[in-house]
Amino acid sequence: MSTTSSHSATVTLPSDEEILITREFDAPKHLVYRAYTEPELVRQWWHARRGTMTVVEIDLRVGGEWRYAMVADGGQEVAFHGTYREIVPDERLVTTEIFEGVPAPEPGQEVIDTATFAEVDGRTRLTLLVACPSREVRDMIVASGMEDGLQDALDLLDELTVTLR
Amino acid sequence: MARAATTADAFNAVAEPRRRQILDLLAGGERPVNDLVRLLGLAQPQVSKHLRVLREVGAVDVREEGRQRLYSLNGPALKPIHDWVKAYERLWTERFDALDLVLDELGRKEEDDEHHE
Repeated sequence: MSTTSSHSATVTLPSDEEILITREFDAPKHLVYRAYTEPELVRQWWHARRGTMTVVEIDLRVGGEWRYAMVADGGQEVAFHGTYREIVPDERLVTTEIFEGVPAPEPGQEVIDTATFAEVDGRTRLTLLVACPSREVRDMIVASGMEDGLQDALDLLDELTVTLR
Repeated sequence: MARAATTADAFNAVAEPRRRQILDLLAGGERPVNDLVRLLGLAQPQVSKHLRVLREVGAVDVREEGRQRLYSLNGPALKPIHDWVKAYERLWTERFDALDLVLDELGRKEEDDEHHE
């Protein structure tokens, strides 16, 4: 399998409250959609090889709930849940996303994820827009990608504010 | 009064698509404002506004040479933001690499099913 396009996910911050993640897959969109919405398939990739999935629950209907939990290799438990707001099979999924490690957000203050599946010549471009209620929440989510957890992110934050002072 | 440069400000400074373009252009070396105006196809006041924001957070430096103002990238100031976004990008790259394997298998199963029909 050879392709010239990069297989890295691309992350951009299109506005103060948004994160945009894009990636292309060598598969038609109905398969990407299945891998995104069938629990036994989600269980195989969502962990990003950083731990073991312990819960994958998906009630795929508008108003239905989803919940993913994993135990990271360091022993830390991470869990998210949300509610499906819009479902267009093979095209588009809109859900709320709530991280369970912090106090629950007020209604209307949830993070909203919009996944869009677009197929061109048998390949699928997945676009994941993460819309946050505030810039602070967005920055926290970006920090969640830090490999060694939040403390590293906070250290980096310190370092950054010092550098920019 | 100049605003204090906070982390959030730096994120915003870098997040704006036009400002990202300016940083990309400056990554190739120091440039006068006129260059940036021409390459971006924007009006000078807009470019100056973006440059002011980038200067406030320390993302670019400026020096005078004759009648020109030359802008350059302040790489060390940007590295932490770059690293931060890159780490998040790495999480999704690893997640989607795992998804590739799932898709390979689904694709193969679908082909098998078609052969058996």
